[in-house]
Amino acid sequence: MGKINWYKYASPASFYGLAGKLIPGFATLSVVLFIIGLYISFFVAPTDAQQGEAYRIIFIHVPAAWMSMFIYVVMAAYSGIGLAFNTRLSAMMASSLAPTGALFAAIALFTGSFWGKPMWGAWWVWDARLTSQLILFFLYVGYISLQAAIDDPRRSDRASALIALVGVVNVPIIYFSVKWWNTLHQGASISFTKAPTMAYTMVAGMLIMAAACWMYTIAVALYRVRIIILERERHSVWVSELMEKIK
Amino acid sequence: MNTLTWVLKRDMLLAMRRKSDVLTTLFFFVIMTSLFPLGVGPEPQLLKAMGPGVVWVAALLASMLSLGRLFAADHADGTLEQMLLAPESLALIVLGKTLVHWIASGLPLVLIAPFLGLQFGMNGDALWVLVASLLLGTPVLSLVGAIGASLTLGLRGGGILVSLLVLPLYIPVLIFGAGAVDASTSGLGAQGHLSILGALLVLALLATPMASAAALRISLE
Repeated sequence: MGKINWYKYASPASFYGLAGKLIPGFATLSVVLFIIGLYISFFVAPTDAQQGEAYRIIFIHVPAAWMSMFIYVVMAAYSGIGLAFNTRLSAMMASSLAPTGALFAAIALFTGSFWGKPMWGAWWVWDARLTSQLILFFLYVGYISLQAAIDDPRRSDRASALIALVGVVNVPIIYFSVKWWNTLHQGASISFTKAPTMAYTMVAGMLIMAAACWMYTIAVALYRVRIIILERERHSVWVSELMEKIK
Repeated sequence: MNTLTWVLKRDMLLAMRRKSDVLTTLFFFVIMTSLFPLGVGPEPQLLKAMGPGVVWVAALLASMLSLGRLFAADHADGTLEQMLLAPESLALIVLGKTLVHWIASGLPLVLIAPFLGLQFGMNGDALWVLVASLLLGTPVLSLVGAIGASLTLGLRGGGILVSLLVLPLYIPVLIFGAGAVDASTSGLGAQGHLSILGALLVLALLATPMASAAALRISLE
């Protein structure tokens, strides 16, 4: 195998093809992982001694919360690359990730409140992690609406990239201030400094579900970026040639 | 340094010529805080507990609503484009404009806040802490808000959009600002909160003018 010229794929035209080839792989992987993960979470993982069956919602809640934070960072990284090197594709990737990130943030909030009702007896508690998740959701909403408000794609890309970077600098500040403001939540479920307090199968189920969400994100983002590429490049020759072929 | 004093002088002069703008923001702040007792009832205990939060949220909104004026006039008559073309540092110009914006829209809020605090039954130390926290916090609001104002310059629905962009970023200031007053009334002492507000101010002074300048270049290229 020869050396691959990665820079080639910085061009939307060639990335369009590459993304089209990659989507089925990631999509299949995501479906398979979801099936395995859901099987483990419903049938293999033991019932929790204190929380009963209701704890099983963490198998979607925790991966969704992880993904919502991770996607924001990835989005900011793409934005930074886009601003620094003026690559159009990075900006497109950032904007194709945003709706999925917002979706995961919303899922984390909803599943969290479904879990909170039987555990805390309340749909919503103003504790640090719920609140910062809510604020993360607001940041996504701000990003998406700024992008939607600007018609000129170049200005839209750069303006939303800047707000993503400002957001990512602020996320730790917001997180720690909210944490200080109120800490009522149980300690973190998984920590890298001490051994996990959960059963092995629970951790495995959660990690597989997280991987499934990850693959889903990649597949959906690539799918969305293909649409964005077509939309932006609709006046170019290669798109009209492509359309001829489809006809 | 010359650039900064020039911008300060020019914008102060412009602000002084339009005194009604200052009063609108101020009265928005006063009306906003007076609505809360009408909404939740006049129990002194409740109002005393809510007071710092209400004053701070009202200050947040007042500061946000006045953001539109930060660049709009200069954008409309083309001055802003000349500032972008000028060899002087755009970040310094933005810093100067933001400081004047704070003097015209933030400082009056700080000065009137003790009276509003009295309406909510605060007294003595709490009032001083309220003033100190607003004095440290409202400049941060103007500085961070300038980024949102410059990104939404000339957009349709810019006013409502700026609130989506800026309000989540205001949250730390709100937490430590209102928290300082609460800490002082509960006897914990407000020094920690005030120190963090000061740190946020220093951080905002250093970082946000550059971000706003970059945002202006994006909006006006």
